[in-house]
Amino acid sequence: MGNNQIDTARDSEAVRVEEGGAALNNGGLPESSDMYNITVRNCDLYYGDFQALKSVSIDIEEREVTALIGPSGCGKSTFIKTLNRMNDLVEGCRITGEILIGGRDIYAKSTDVTLLRKNAGMVFQKPNPFPMSIYDNIAFAPRTFGIKKKIELDVIVESSLKHAGLWLEVKDRLKKNAMGLSGGQQQRLCIARALAADPKILLMDEPTSALDPISTGRIEELINELKTEYTIVIVTHNMQQATRISDKTAFFLLGEIIEYGTTESIFSMPKDKRTENYITGRFG
Amino acid sequence: MKARAHRKEIRKYSVLKVVAQTALGLTLVALCAVTLFVLARGIPHVNTQLLFGDYGMYPSIKPALIGTLYLIVISILIAAPIGIGSAVFLTEYTRSNSRLTRTIRIATETLAGIPSIVYGIFGYLVFVVALGFKYSLIGGGITLAIMILPVVVRSTEESLLAVPRILREGSFALGSSKVRTIFSVVLPCASSGIVTSLILAVGRVMSESAVLILTIGMVVNKIPEGFASPGTSLALDVYYFGSHGYPEQAAATGVVLLVLVVSINILATVLGKALGRGELVDG
Repeated sequence: MGNNQIDTARDSEAVRVEEGGAALNNGGLPESSDMYNITVRNCDLYYGDFQALKSVSIDIEEREVTALIGPSGCGKSTFIKTLNRMNDLVEGCRITGEILIGGRDIYAKSTDVTLLRKNAGMVFQKPNPFPMSIYDNIAFAPRTFGIKKKIELDVIVESSLKHAGLWLEVKDRLKKNAMGLSGGQQQRLCIARALAADPKILLMDEPTSALDPISTGRIEELINELKTEYTIVIVTHNMQQATRISDKTAFFLLGEIIEYGTTESIFSMPKDKRTENYITGRFG
Repeated sequence: MKARAHRKEIRKYSVLKVVAQTALGLTLVALCAVTLFVLARGIPHVNTQLLFGDYGMYPSIKPALIGTLYLIVISILIAAPIGIGSAVFLTEYTRSNSRLTRTIRIATETLAGIPSIVYGIFGYLVFVVALGFKYSLIGGGITLAIMILPVVVRSTEESLLAVPRILREGSFALGSSKVRTIFSVVLPCASSGIVTSLILAVGRVMSESAVLILTIGMVVNKIPEGFASPGTSLALDVYYFGSHGYPEQAAATGVVLLVLVVSINILATVLGKALGRGELVDG
């Protein structure tokens, strides 16, 4: 059903307009949870005069972990922020090309950015819990989208925290300030907070770079569990991490994707000399 | 040779230290002299007649206590929403170094430096005369609101700028609108600074006299009937009693004013700290 809808929508602009209501209700994203693959075609991104992304094209499969690797300033963080339109907040940022999620153009006029961001949750480099209670942090997005009943919120808070593997540690202090948690706990709280919005995609921008090895290990386990339900895109500086958790890997250099393929093939037999140099630690 | 230079260095250092200590000592002496003098002269005359009695044979500051309360309510009710609104606009809706922001910043800083008697004459000409408010608490209150506005804007702006960018981004990334981000994340995070600045503004309103001489009429012997009636304030009573043959009562009123202003400042510190580490509640 969902697939059909999308196919017809793709085929005919008229149908797409008719379905405008549905598109608005779901941030321009399809209703079905089956279709959350990401397709990017010839995406150029400029900050003022500086071109940060050069003709990036990539197909990201759903329910897989895709790792973006590359040296600092290569555009991988910039790229991940185009997927939930966080670059809209950056002044002088201009994007051309096509970015489709489940076949729908997220930069189309009919796209509701708030719903896009609800469906594509983001976890940041530095844990950024709000200075309010653990409960209020998790309930933040549901409240944004109109869920006010305590019983419903309780269910969401518990399941999100369980999903993020934090429930046992915090269930007795849900009303305590989230700033009192350790760095690793804060980051899992931020993951739980994103999950509470019921997303289909998780975008993670170096989620473990500020954490100790044990907390990093816990987040990596979590990513492995979550990929059965979510499409995960993760930016990482750590190549061991990419090999441990990802199914596909894309290597970025100076705003371009140099090589993209299964993680195994990228790390065992890179086709491009520059990829090989990077993953063997010759630069970066 | 080296040892000599060293000794010279030490001597220079100790001279500097003595100068600094003397300066500090003089400051403390001046502060203590004023406080102790007012307290010594005033405390014996602080009694129930002065505080709560009716103004008749003996003077009372009851009208001034009520008048001051009116002025605080009017000025804060006006200055808080406008001041916080302006600060939100400046920090959240304009670029930090745009021409508009810079102009407004210079304007607020200039306004903050204008002597209060100038605000007083403005209030007199605009509210008392042109708008026909006559001498009234509302005219004085509005003038005070204009006077404290730049301070409220500046300190609120500082508090808002201190809210980390990643919290705003976190909110946007969860699908929040700009309005929700401002009301649920940015303002609550800045609340301790904002509340502190408002309480300090209350202190300024309480101790202001020049503005009020020209706007509220200094009616010391009648309880104000409402916002539109003329009245007096504590600081005005000090002036009135002092210049009309009641120096003891002036000192006693000074004691009351001193105690209130000190309490307000302590409250600002305590509340600011409590809010700073306290939990914010969403929803």
